[in-house]
Amino acid sequence: MLEIKHLDHIYSQNSPFEFHALKDINIAIESGEFVGIIGHTGSGKSTLIQHLNALLEPTSGTVVVDGVDLFKVDKKDLFTLRQKVGLVFQYPEHQLFEETVFKDVCFGPRNMGLEEAEIEKRAKEAIELTGLDFETIKDKSPFELSGGQMRRVAIAGVLAMEPAVLILDEPTAGLDPRGRDEILGQIQKLHREKHMTVLLVSHSMEDVGKLVNKILVMYQGELVFYDTPAKVFKEIEKLEAIGLAVPEVTYLMRKLRKHYPDIREDIFTVEAARKEIERVVKHA
Amino acid sequence: MSRIIEVKNLSYTYPNEEGKVNKPALDNISFNVDQGEFVGIIGHNGSGKSTLSKLLNAIILPTSGDVIVAKMNTKKEENIWTIRQTAGMVFQNPDNQLVATIVEDDVAFGPENLGVLPEEIRKRVDEALKTVAMEEYKTKKPHQLSGGQKQRIAIAGILAMEPDCIIFDEPTAMLDPSGRKEVMQTIAKLNQEKKMTVLHITHYMSELTKADRIIVMDQGKIVMQGNPREIFSQVEALKAIGLDVPQMTELGYLLNQDGFDIPKDILTIDEMAGALC
Amino acid sequence: MLKDITIGQYYPADSLIHQLDPRTKLNFTFAYIVMLFVINNVWGYIAAFIILMGVVILSKVPFGYLMRGVKGLILIILLTVVLNLFMTPGTVVAQIWALTITQEGIRTSLFMALRLIFLVVGTSIMTLTTTPIDLTDGMERSMAYIPFIRHYAHELSMMMSIALRFIPTLMEETDKIMKAQKARGANLDTGNILQRAKALIPILVPLFISSFRRADELATAMEARCYRGGENRTKMKVLKYQRGDMITYGLGVVMIGMLLATRLLNLPVLL
Repeated sequence: MLEIKHLDHIYSQNSPFEFHALKDINIAIESGEFVGIIGHTGSGKSTLIQHLNALLEPTSGTVVVDGVDLFKVDKKDLFTLRQKVGLVFQYPEHQLFEETVFKDVCFGPRNMGLEEAEIEKRAKEAIELTGLDFETIKDKSPFELSGGQMRRVAIAGVLAMEPAVLILDEPTAGLDPRGRDEILGQIQKLHREKHMTVLLVSHSMEDVGKLVNKILVMYQGELVFYDTPAKVFKEIEKLEAIGLAVPEVTYLMRKLRKHYPDIREDIFTVEAARKEIERVVKHA
Repeated sequence: MSRIIEVKNLSYTYPNEEGKVNKPALDNISFNVDQGEFVGIIGHNGSGKSTLSKLLNAIILPTSGDVIVAKMNTKKEENIWTIRQTAGMVFQNPDNQLVATIVEDDVAFGPENLGVLPEEIRKRVDEALKTVAMEEYKTKKPHQLSGGQKQRIAIAGILAMEPDCIIFDEPTAMLDPSGRKEVMQTIAKLNQEKKMTVLHITHYMSELTKADRIIVMDQGKIVMQGNPREIFSQVEALKAIGLDVPQMTELGYLLNQDGFDIPKDILTIDEMAGALC
Repeated sequence: MLKDITIGQYYPADSLIHQLDPRTKLNFTFAYIVMLFVINNVWGYIAAFIILMGVVILSKVPFGYLMRGVKGLILIILLTVVLNLFMTPGTVVAQIWALTITQEGIRTSLFMALRLIFLVVGTSIMTLTTTPIDLTDGMERSMAYIPFIRHYAHELSMMMSIALRFIPTLMEETDKIMKAQKARGANLDTGNILQRAKALIPILVPLFISSFRRADELATAMEARCYRGGENRTKMKVLKYQRGDMITYGLGVVMIGMLLATRLLNLPVLL
């Protein structure tokens, strides 16, 4: 679905502010995968995802989405492409501007030039997909909603374009634990029900580990890992070296190994730790 | 040991349109903060904690009950400015606290408002920047700093006013993990080395492991109060009100259900490893 | 990166001009501009040129930077020259088709062009050698001498410095909003004037709303740091005149005298 080859991006080339944000990135993401992208601020995550819907152009390299090379396409065809890859930025509620929730969610499909009936259908579906009740909310002003509701409306605005790939940049930023669990649960549901390819950028290894089937780790513009969570979390030393910490339970398993050599190291959720400890320690 | 903050039977209901009756945002809460303490207030969004911080700073006044800061009641208008100098406040959004074009001018803003003499301001600014480890950034502009650095400048700005206590209103909510770490380290340093009284409002349980006391809020009421271990061990109650528990504490709780005998107030990885080996 | 360019383009360097008190520079520039309208003969313009060159050399600002400001005005200068060249009545010197060039025309157009150029370069030198915040401080102190305005000197200056502080932040935010709306298919690059104006709504509305929220939060934070206006407020950095400033003021008086003299004395007419 997504093929990135030798992607390179240098900001402000040949100026005193030159910054090499992406260095020779190569990734292939299959359709329907749920990928977590982890890395520090400055690792290149935001730069990377902005190439996937052609908001940024590479200094060199290619990005192929569903068979189409993004940067060989005519500028006017970019709109159709942007619809294929939906990008939800951090604090998406800051992009709301219309008088009613309904009108705001219609913005995307309307820019696609769809028929009015189709626009309305998509807006309704998208709003309900985020767990909001269409009838209650459609005529409200986006600005009288709570922060969590505003965020869902913003996400609905992107979902209404029915993208094949959905990229979310830190969708849990600024939310409390309950809000975070709700949004992540909603995203998981979307992935399962709509079979979208989902890319989730996050700081939290723990949030991401539970949901995704692949983790992409970035550091200073380079791709460090691209593998299943179990395999990535085992690399405790490498992750620490680049300033990332694995979930506490993973550290615990490592420590317990000294006493119980049988214990598995690829554990990263509390539930899995519980089962494994039961299996090994209880019967020891 | 003086009492810096005293909250007595405090209630607050937001004003609303006619005909509607609002639920109180704060419902008859009482607690104290003594000099040198590190008190944490935790609750999910909507528990009333942000309303509480506005009341402590006299931005809003109680519907009923009292807020007394350093023996001054916030209801008395003539006290307000002294209250704000005594109880400094650091807010959530790092950008919307910095008002000057360069860092050292921003840290000077507070003392300038207090009418402190120029040489003294200079001294305070340099010292405050040293405490938050940002002296090299003296002449930098705000937009050149990271979130964690901006928050440290905001903290320095408050330190320069020489308060008796600092109230932190979700200072890490908008920061990335490294910024969060920077700020928490600074807060710990202020409390431990400089003996600053700290009131830390947050929804991250992991930030309160070093607190002297934790106050848990839900729906405008105080539902629990105690030291970190006492609070963390109440896994079910905390989860029921939408809060996280440290992973080890949760694991211990679950293992106990399976027949293990893990101490209820377990907190760290080492403790867990010790309990299992 | 756009956010590193500030209004008025400050060029950092270690020159005598850079070190002067902003008030000195403001007053000197003001006096110079006034004198540019007082001089009325070639001697005056020669003197004005020498003074300007002296300041430019002392400021260590590269010539290229200075000329940027002039480049923007090329059209106006050309228009002025052409109008005055062909429209001024007097002794005819040349004739091109229906248009006549008079001696007075050459004189007037030359003087006007020079005046414009000197004006732009003179003001540029001031902004190039003074940081925006120093300019604001200088203006705040100077406003104390202007009746009516002086009651608002502090508020005006606080407004200016907050605006300066937030320009880079707002530019970043605009960029983010533009990207978010583009990701939803917004078309900001093509279309006629009406279409482009309409396309700005999804950018401006969020920007306004966030700016109001920002202002509210900033005001609360300022009050929390005991801000209550300019009364009894001190400043960490107090502008103090140095020896260099006194010398400059002295030279300023000499400059005014010199330029005034070119107008009043009966000097031989060159043009």
